[in-house]
Amino acid sequence: MLGWLIDPFGGTIMQHALAEVLVLSLACGPLGVWVLLYRDAYAAESMSHGMLPGLVVAALAGAPLLVGAAGGVLVAAAGIALVARDERLGGDVGVAVCVSALFGLGAMLALSPAAPPRLQELLFGDLLGVTTADLLAAGALVVGVGLGLAAWARPLALAAFERASAPSLGARPARCELILLVLLAVTTVAAVQGLGNLLLFALIVAPAAAALRLGRHLRTVLALAAGLAALAGVAGLLVSFHLGIATGASVAMCALVPAFAAMLVPARVRRR
Amino acid sequence: MSAVRVEGLSGGYRPGQEALRDVSFAAGPGQVVGVLGPNGGGKTTLFRALLGELPVRRGEVTLAGAPAYVPQTERARLDFPVSALDVALMGAYGRTPWYRRLGRRERDAARDALARVGLTAVADETFGALSGGQRQRVLLARALVQDAPVLLLDEPLSGVDGASAAGIERVFGELRDEGRTLLVATHDVHQAASWDLVLCVHGRQVAVGKPRETLTPDVLRETYGAELIVLEGGDAAVGVGHHAH
Repeated sequence: MLGWLIDPFGGTIMQHALAEVLVLSLACGPLGVWVLLYRDAYAAESMSHGMLPGLVVAALAGAPLLVGAAGGVLVAAAGIALVARDERLGGDVGVAVCVSALFGLGAMLALSPAAPPRLQELLFGDLLGVTTADLLAAGALVVGVGLGLAAWARPLALAAFERASAPSLGARPARCELILLVLLAVTTVAAVQGLGNLLLFALIVAPAAAALRLGRHLRTVLALAAGLAALAGVAGLLVSFHLGIATGASVAMCALVPAFAAMLVPARVRRR
Repeated sequence: MSAVRVEGLSGGYRPGQEALRDVSFAAGPGQVVGVLGPNGGGKTTLFRALLGELPVRRGEVTLAGAPAYVPQTERARLDFPVSALDVALMGAYGRTPWYRRLGRRERDAARDALARVGLTAVADETFGALSGGQRQRVLLARALVQDAPVLLLDEPLSGVDGASAAGIERVFGELRDEGRTLLVATHDVHQAASWDLVLCVHGRQVAVGKPRETLTPDVLRETYGAELIVLEGGDAAVGVGHHAH
């Protein structure tokens, strides 16, 4: 049994993958809690999908994926902001229009004859291809996100719990929303290399959903989300190794298990 | 010396539109002011102006210090993972830098505040699992922890159970004795009649003054318009609010 758990991590490739997934969990889990508390799940998913063209262009140009992801997120955010300014459409339509367009554009670029055969890697990530440089970059981004979340924890809580009185208690709700989106963008950029454009969302939202169902205090929920994300990462790597299936997908599936299990726990909230 | 002084205040959320205009009144320390008006009449708008969140077109607001705001309990998220004590502690967030942990002093203040509103027994209960009246008292406790000279309370007594209402009114008395100024938005004219001042608004200021002199049938009719029911027997007028929550 112990061998089943330890042997897969004998080589550098799996050690890098393990380090990457643990580092990402520390940001993705707690961040996901805030994303859900702010009802930003749609924005989170959209942001990761909308950056596909940036990733493909980076892959075509041979530039680091991180650079492409950052550019892609900026373009997606600008596009969404632009379309959402039209009052007849509003935020959700803006997101839907921009993200479908960008995802389509990304797929078109990726399927062009000139594109290197890396589309799969962009969509589903490549935990086993993580280099030391990737790991350091992801680590730096995650430290930034962690500090941001720690520094803003109280304003974020005030504005999410009850918006009307948040300013009188020292929090600016609009600024909190912006900060959260920025941290989300940074996390998305950090996680795309390992988990891919389609799957990184699972590690953000699924452990957080489970933690919110199980924990009673914010601090517990945040810690639980990080723990569940890390557990899903390790379990995913093991499943992937032993069953010979894709790593990113295994991690995503393992992250979803506690989320579904937690749904069986009855809610404590009194219905009005 | 006034704790709250408003002079010729007009303001609105959108350019060209004034949600509230021509409000002028003053309240001293230890006074409870009932803010009366129909739904959409500008009670919450006035509070937002006092909180500095409403673009003010004309006029001036002077306060003895940053006010605390007690919202309607419906505004709070029930699925937020916090206990009653956690919510009361939020009152101390504004004066605690982010790198400093909330210490024993803040915890003691939060526990004291919960004790004052009679909720010591449920301090560790999840906020969303409490009754509406208990939740309203927790939000009041949060404002107590804020320790503000001026408190703005948005319909704190509507839709709460009798025990909670009695508890809340007892705290009002204590706060008045401590020299704090309370502005209480309410639909209940009878209740407001027992306070120090009443301010009637309906898009603009209709009247302000001592309840006995101010709450005349004419003023109430102008304040509530079609929503008013005047019962037989002089001063027994009741404002009827459509509680559109």
